[in-house]
Amino acid sequence: MKKITRRRVLRGMFNGTAVAVGLPLLNCFLNDNGTALASGAPIPQRFGTWSWGLGMSKSIFVPKKTGPGFDLPEEIAMFAPIRDKMNLYTNYNAFRDAAPNLCHTTGWVILRSGSAPLNQNSKPGETIDVTVAKKIGTTTRFPMLTVTATGDPRDTQSYESATSVNNAEGSPLALYSSLFGADYQDPNAKDFKPSPNILVRKSVLSSVSEDAKKLMTQVGAEDKARIEQYFTNLRELERQLDRQLEKPEPREACVKPKLPPELATGVDFQLVAQRHRLFTDLLVMAVACDQTRVFNATYSKSFSSTTKAGYEKPHHTASHEEPLDPKLGYQPMVSWFLRRGFEEWVYFVEAFAKVKEGDGTLLDNMLIYASTDQSFAKIHSIDGLPMFSAGSAGGRIKTGLHIDGGGTPGTRLGYTMMKTLGVDIPSWGTQSNNTSKEISEILV
Amino acid sequence: MQSVETRRIRSLGRFGGLFWTGLTTALVLGIAGCANYMTDQRSADTQPAADLGPVDVGSVPRARFMTAQQYSNMIADVFGSDIQIGTPIPPLMRAPDGLLSTTAGSVGIPGGQLMQLQRAATSIATQVVDKGDIGKELPAHRSYLVPCKPKADNAPDDACAAKFIRSTGRLLFRRSLDDAQVADWVGKAHQGAEHLKDFYAGLAGVLEGMLIDPMVLMVVDTTEPDPARPGQRRLDAYSLASRLSFFLWNSVPNDAVLKAAESGEIQTPAGRARVVEMMLSSPRVEHGVRAFFDDMLAYDKFDSLAKDGMVYSRESGAVLKDAREQTLRTAYDHLIVRNRDYRDLFTTRDTFMSPALASVYNVPAVPGWAPYAFPEDSPRAGILNHVSFLALHSHPGRSSPTLRGKALRETLLCQVVPPPPPNVDFSAVEDPDANLHTARERLTAHRANPVCAGCHKITDPIGLAMENFDGAGQYRTSEGGVTIDASGSLDGKAFNNPQGLAQALHDHPGLPTCLVKRMYGYGVGGMTTAVDKPQLEYLNKRFEASGYRIPDLLRAIVLSPAFGNVAEPPAAPVPAIKTAAQ
Repeated sequence: MKKITRRRVLRGMFNGTAVAVGLPLLNCFLNDNGTALASGAPIPQRFGTWSWGLGMSKSIFVPKKTGPGFDLPEEIAMFAPIRDKMNLYTNYNAFRDAAPNLCHTTGWVILRSGSAPLNQNSKPGETIDVTVAKKIGTTTRFPMLTVTATGDPRDTQSYESATSVNNAEGSPLALYSSLFGADYQDPNAKDFKPSPNILVRKSVLSSVSEDAKKLMTQVGAEDKARIEQYFTNLRELERQLDRQLEKPEPREACVKPKLPPELATGVDFQLVAQRHRLFTDLLVMAVACDQTRVFNATYSKSFSSTTKAGYEKPHHTASHEEPLDPKLGYQPMVSWFLRRGFEEWVYFVEAFAKVKEGDGTLLDNMLIYASTDQSFAKIHSIDGLPMFSAGSAGGRIKTGLHIDGGGTPGTRLGYTMMKTLGVDIPSWGTQSNNTSKEISEILV
Repeated sequence: MQSVETRRIRSLGRFGGLFWTGLTTALVLGIAGCANYMTDQRSADTQPAADLGPVDVGSVPRARFMTAQQYSNMIADVFGSDIQIGTPIPPLMRAPDGLLSTTAGSVGIPGGQLMQLQRAATSIATQVVDKGDIGKELPAHRSYLVPCKPKADNAPDDACAAKFIRSTGRLLFRRSLDDAQVADWVGKAHQGAEHLKDFYAGLAGVLEGMLIDPMVLMVVDTTEPDPARPGQRRLDAYSLASRLSFFLWNSVPNDAVLKAAESGEIQTPAGRARVVEMMLSSPRVEHGVRAFFDDMLAYDKFDSLAKDGMVYSRESGAVLKDAREQTLRTAYDHLIVRNRDYRDLFTTRDTFMSPALASVYNVPAVPGWAPYAFPEDSPRAGILNHVSFLALHSHPGRSSPTLRGKALRETLLCQVVPPPPPNVDFSAVEDPDANLHTARERLTAHRANPVCAGCHKITDPIGLAMENFDGAGQYRTSEGGVTIDASGSLDGKAFNNPQGLAQALHDHPGLPTCLVKRMYGYGVGGMTTAVDKPQLEYLNKRFEASGYRIPDLLRAIVLSPAFGNVAEPPAAPVPAIKTAAQ
């Protein structure tokens, strides 16, 4: 006789019947040691990405000291409160080999996909977040969330395939509705009442699947691949519906956030910061409530178009047109824009670090990977790229370090992160960006 | 006074058959510096093989993902414009040919997007079958969107469900559902109604499914043997109906177009012509024409455009929204309602004005949108001098002759301005020399660098002629206390002011050929390549012969054999048409 699992019981009780969960709320979150959920399952790992545009001002960005306790030069002085929760990586290269240097594209595409793009309109393949989501994002309501503080859905660095882009959500209000709207099931609610519509939805999906199969026989090879992808995603949608029939695990830190305000269009730095913080707060709760375990956040796109009222150039234009100040040795306004972005990185990391989970914080059970498109944007350089990480992935990653990559492939960080999160691959990247060498300095 | 619609229909009829002779246009664009990178269109001396165009050309069958606007139009056309849709489909990335819509043939539907579509489908289906609420002034959509009343609201009714599924499914799938398909969906509606004890909820479940069905979301070209060309294929009648409809209406075919597909009438030359005339006389053609120009003019950029309020205090979100609308209104009125020469769109003083825009143009405001003509002594002439073009192709806090020149060449002349070399130093543009007051002076200093000069001399002489308009599109005569010199040149034609540039563009041979290239590619859903050359040459001649009338060009495109003929995909990538001096 088959074992009667909770899922089977719940399915049997389906049809809108309320299901009471008998555990006292406050004791049900974690085990006695605070290292696992009450069910015995380990606290899940999460992965996030954060991106900013236009690199750094090297002379006031790169610390002189490597390893722990590194110094914080002027441009990153604001990192002080999070220095020991993050790692700073400098002097990593992206290699384009025979591919063209696509300004503001080649660098980030290599760091996120492992390969150099051949043109602006097609990416080499799936990006690291998609790979990780296939590993750790399959049991949540949203396998992955992607947001951009610019407000433009096209400002994303997440691709499922060469031409299949995971567009970003540009409105915090819209993200709120998706996450905490009608279909949201509070994991800490006493009663669990799955929507009776779910089974009807599932049943109808079988007809949709049949049409997808039929369509595959009617189209050419390229279109077939696109429809196959649709078909795969339809299967995933079915699994999502299945999960909505299950009582979610209680989550200690989960609190339904307040409805965010509607924001104006635009990329003035203050507006971008406001949008970024609203998104950050929603992502924190999306993770805390286990609605997703993988997410992407863009602060500024690769051609960062952030503006400052009263200054006539957006960030990208300034990066090319503003001369290097002979006394300072850097571009003052460009650095001003970069600093606003780095302040937001601090907000982002602290937001996850503030939420308690088990014996530590949410950030302790996460890995956040931050990258950019250029090192010195003025000349579109992709040598000596800076990157950040935050979080210790449940104690598997050391933090508080500055690592000098010595000109080795920047793909090493992505590879290290994937290995840490259980993606079992012997190497990652192509041609000169191929690596099988983790950044050992950060491994516990 | 004639309504806009009446005038539009009359003009469409009057010019319906005037474009049967062709002239040859040879276009040579000689531009120094970046000439090797630039493209333009050139037609050769060829005679059309048939009145309707070359018969041995066709387009590659494609599966195109419906665009956000098409999805929205579909819902509005099938269920009514009061159904709230949200934004389940994100904007597309721009294709190398300059159009967003051609990307629709290559993008996939990622998992996150499918989830968004599913949520939108749930919301739409719920609205379609809702019973309304008089107190909240919500209409009972079910009373007119479901074509029958079930025997009981709380139980299945297969006959009534079948009626809804057949009629609605036919419009959404853009073809009649066969009996097996109907039976399958009816079965799902039955299960749902039984399970939820609600007939309408069962129906909503089925509608949710239809709205995420790949056969609805993807516009797939299906083909059949072409009796006129043994051994070759053509679009089947339903696919032809869809192609016509998405091109001319930017939406799904209606009942009349589907009937012409069902009867096979649409596959005959006379039948197709009748359907086309009917479609061109429909108010829906406004959606189609506006969608094309919105795409061609890259107006999707307005979705994220904002200006620096400290620099341009009059510029607001409302102004930018109206700026986009102003040019689209002007284009539709000029090209379709009045059936005027396409080239005159760049010199006409006729436009429309809204109160928000009036403050930027510094003209008297009247409530709502009203026709407006810039006076003869106004520096404004044509859509290049609209706030839309000027503000869109500027920085948030200043104008940009380079961006404006680049946009003119790329969007209106189908040329490609190469990106700057990765390691170029632009610092001269911000030369701290206090003697450099104007953009012209700063760019002249920048062009002292020979690496920069090559490309800037193909953009800046155009853009500098628009310097009488600041980054928000407001008129000015000086910058930094220095009188603006708005002289410039476009491919050998010199001028002294924005009106001169408008006339030079009007007379540029690349202007109409670029439109033909864009519009044909838009219509068949893909980038034009070398194999399309005979078809483009034919269309160029027809467009010229018609006096550059858009309704005639639309007819020429959709009635040509190439529009419905199927070509095998090329074995190897065919290079995009090189239309400049090669």
